[in-house]
Order: sequence, then structure tokens, then C-alpha cells
Amino acid sequence: MSTATTAAVRPAPGTIARTRALTRMEITLLGRNRTTLFNAIALAPLMVLLLMGVIGDRTDGAGAGVFGGALLTTLVAFGLLFVAYYNLTTTAVARREELTLKRLTSGTSSRREVLFAMSMPALIIVIAQAVLGLAAVVAVIDVPPLTNPILVVLALGLGFAMFAGLAYASSGLTKTVEAAQLTTLPVLMVTMLFSGLTLPLSVLPEPAQVIAELTPLFPVVTLLNLGLTGLTPDGGQVTFVGSLAEAVVPLIVLIAWTAVGVLATRRWMRWEPRR
Amino acid sequence: MDSNIITIDGLRRRYRPSTPGAPAFEAVRGVDLRVRRGELFALLGTNGAGKTSLMEVVEGIAPATDGQVRVLGHDPYTARAKVRPHIGIMLQEAGFPTDLRVAEMARTWAATLPAPMPPEDVLAAVGLAHRAGVAVKSLSGGERRRLDLALAIMGRPQVLFLDEPTTGLDPESRRDAWELVRSMLADGVTVVLTTHYLEEAEDLADRIAIMHEGVVVAEGTPAEIGADAPATISFTLATGRPLPPLHGRDSANESARGVRHLIRTQHLEADLRILLDWSQAQDVTLDGLDARAASLEQAFLTIAAGGRPTHDLSEVPA
Repeated sequence: MSTATTAAVRPAPGTIARTRALTRMEITLLGRNRTTLFNAIALAPLMVLLLMGVIGDRTDGAGAGVFGGALLTTLVAFGLLFVAYYNLTTTAVARREELTLKRLTSGTSSRREVLFAMSMPALIIVIAQAVLGLAAVVAVIDVPPLTNPILVVLALGLGFAMFAGLAYASSGLTKTVEAAQLTTLPVLMVTMLFSGLTLPLSVLPEPAQVIAELTPLFPVVTLLNLGLTGLTPDGGQVTFVGSLAEAVVPLIVLIAWTAVGVLATRRWMRWEPRR
Repeated sequence: MDSNIITIDGLRRRYRPSTPGAPAFEAVRGVDLRVRRGELFALLGTNGAGKTSLMEVVEGIAPATDGQVRVLGHDPYTARAKVRPHIGIMLQEAGFPTDLRVAEMARTWAATLPAPMPPEDVLAAVGLAHRAGVAVKSLSGGERRRLDLALAIMGRPQVLFLDEPTTGLDPESRRDAWELVRSMLADGVTVVLTTHYLEEAEDLADRIAIMHEGVVVAEGTPAEIGADAPATISFTLATGRPLPPLHGRDSANESARGVRHLIRTQHLEADLRILLDWSQAQDVTLDGLDARAASLEQAFLTIAAGGRPTHDLSEVPA
């Protein structure tokens, strides 16, 4: 083959180059599925408008920005849950069952690279939802105080990594794409119920409150609220400096859950259909 | 320099039971093999013989339960980063993201390889150039198989693993695929393949191993393996009567048209001569006389029937 002699010698692609190639493929696939993409991204600003229509007057006055920030927290938390957890679970199952995962790991790419690239479309959607949600909140309510943007970024990044890990682990326990509706329920129910978003944790008895605060979504919501509004879980208001102290415990819990996600992926993720 | 590019010693692969407590299934039960640099090594066997299970361990896709595999001097599973850039793998079954176009898949694959051939060239080589802009889900089964092959050879591998590469291809595509494999062999590539088509193995393989129930039961050149198998003579006699003494072993079956004899022998010519002389002297007709030299197909069929290719030791010439 004459091509062998004319081929330019170039450094072998390392993990970054391979991950970039796979990520580009994933984004191409995301772009090909316009309906899903539009629905996922348009959802956030539409939710803001919808909730505004329902709640209306409460946004007037000094607390409007804080209210907008809290609304954004809800949007991002649910975005993480459904896009980074639920959608990614079904994606991983579909890829496994169509034998794409097996194909991708028959080449030079490592499993880690494949997993990283596969999660990128979900990350893009979550970030797009957050940005568009913020734009909608600013446009129709008020500018949130943005007490500590660092905490917002940490909550998003770690929250995403954690749910992606849990998603890959769940995919290994899920036989078909349809079955994901059932297998993701435990994580969806527990995280939503104890997130502090759907139910005020103060209604729970003391020990249950402590346990609730250790569930995966609670620290994400706490960090987002602190960062966006300066509100603590018990309703207090803090400044940038105060937010740092308040963030320590939820950050530790979140990092622990992220580690659990990684370990669970190693333990339960499957790369080809069970025969 | 070591001429063996792949060494396999005492390899076992056991599958975890699907339900706890069930016995583990052992698909590969102690295999030793050597593959030499630059040869085409064919792995044959009945369905379920353990070919793909063995291939996956040698490719580094699955770990060995026991034993040792070295590809290019490394363990293909634990040292996968050292081995993978130099091998090409065509799995028996692998999928594509179905919304992706052929050229996009090829470009993605090329971007992960150290020294890829240009994707357009590879697609042209497997006859898919005109399908480059088509979504993978629109390809026919044979076209998908050719895309599999394209990705496997794209990285200019030193070792090419082909697991049933031509299954599902039409005769013309099969011929083209084999031209491609031949040109790679000519370039010095080592090829390890499994196939159901015995004539392919007989034509192309330098050496063959036949697997049955997880072990290698025969290994050698196609001619050597064929030679180990018994030749066969078959005919029908209108009425049952004892045959003259033969080197081979006779099995007789009553049928509506008489008694059907099947003789397996390592001495085809001698036994045939005895039978023909006998039939002339006795004035009987050997209806439907069929004499077959030993062949790879015979060897394979003997194994598939549960036997070993080697006959009675007493009959094997010293």
C-alpha cells in the first residue's frame, strides 16, 4: 500500500486527543437529534415563564432577585437529575445494547475516555439550561444576588460528575432502555424527596433531617442556593464570606457522593449486553 | 528475535454465572497456541466451541481467568495501552451509533489512532467510498461488515484480528475482503481469524487450529490437519454380506435399498483396491461408490461429530 510510505508521521494521539475525537462524535449525534435538543434546552426558560404566570405577584419588591435565584436553583437541580442522571442512564443502556460501547473499546480509546465523551452532550444541555434559565430569570424577574459564583460552578460540576457516575452504574443494572424508567426510580425518588425542594425538611423528625441532608441532591441544592442567593437551608442570609463556611459540609457530602458514583460505575457498569 | 508474535499458554476463560449459585461456564479450557509473525492463523470450530471467547481474551477485550497471553510481548488486557495501537480488531458483532454517517465514523476512528491511513482511502479499499455520506443505520448488513473491516485495518496494525469477517457478505464482497487481507499479509501483517468457511481457511491460512468444547483438538497446516483425518469410502450392497478384511473401520446401516457401508480409513488406496478386487471376484456391485481423500472438511466434520481427527493409533503410519 503506497499510503504507508507517504503518511505523515505525527505524535500518537493521547488521552486528550482521543477524548476530543469521541466528544466531537457525541456532539455530532446530539446535533442530529434536533427535537430532543430543542426540548431539553427550551425547557428551562419555558419553566421560568410558566412559574411566573402561576406565582405572579410574589416577585415584586426587594426579594425578587432572591426568588429568581431560588427558582434557578430548582431548574438546575432538576436539570441535573433528569439530564445528567436519567437521560445518561438511558443513553448508556442504548449504546451498550446496540454494541457501540463494545466497538469503542475495541480501539485505542480507554473506557474512561468513552465515558467522559458520552457524558458531554448532557453537560452541554445542563449548562445551556442554566444559562438560558438565568437569562429568563433576569429578563422577567430580577437579577439574582449571585452571592458566590464559585459555589454555583462547583455545585454544577460536582453535581454533574456525581449523577453521571450514578447514571453509568444504574445502566449496568438496566436491561433495556424502557426498563430505565423503573431502575432509575429509587435514585430519582430519594434525591427529589430529600432535596429540600419538594418538601421542607423541617417537617421531618430530627434524625431523618440529618439523613436527608446526606442524600445526593441536598448538597447540590444547598450550594446552588448559597451561591445564587446567599440563602442557607434554614432560611438565613449570608454574604460571600459567610457562604464559604456554610459550603464546607455540603461540599464534603457532594465529593463523597461523587466518589461513590465513580466506584459504583466501576462495580456495576456493563460494556456489552448480557448473553 | 522471537518469531512468535502471539503466545498463549494454559488459557482459560470462565464466565460468571448469570444467577448466583449456578455453575460457572468455562468457554476456554486450557489452550496453548503460538502465532508466528506474518502468518495467517485460522481458528476453526463449531458454534460454541469457544473461538470468540478465546479471541476476546487475545484481543485484550476480556481478561483471562487463568493462563497467560502475550501479544507483541505484552499482556493485551493489562497492558492494553501498549498493545492496542498496534493491533486491529474486527469483532464478530459490534455496533455503531446509528445516526452517525459513514465518513464521520471513519474520521472519528482515525483521530484515535497513532498513524491512520486516510479515512477516505480505507473506505475506498472496502468499497464504501460511495456510501460515505450515508447514515450508518441505512447500510446493509454486508456494508456494515465492510465498515467494521475498514476500522480494523485503518491503524496499519501489525496484528489483525478478524472474527468471522466474511459472514453476511455476498460472494463478490467476500472476494474483495480477501483481496484486502491478502494485500495486508503481503505487507507483513499477521492475521488471526475465525471463519465458518472452511475453503477460506484452506486457501488462505498458513496454519489452523480447530477448537471443540473449549480446547484445541487439532493444529497444523491445512494439509497436515487434513492428512490426520480418515479418508472415507462409502457404497451400498443390495444384500448384506461380510466385507473382506480392510485397514479401515466399517460401519454398516440397513436401508430400503440394501446395506450402506461407510469405511473410515487411513489407507484409502489399499482399501479401495481390496474392495474393487473383492467386488469383481464376488460379482457384486458397489452402488453409489464414493471415495474421498482426507481433507480439512473431513477433519472438521469428524470433530464436529464429537470425535478427534486422529484415528486408531494402530493405523497411523509410524
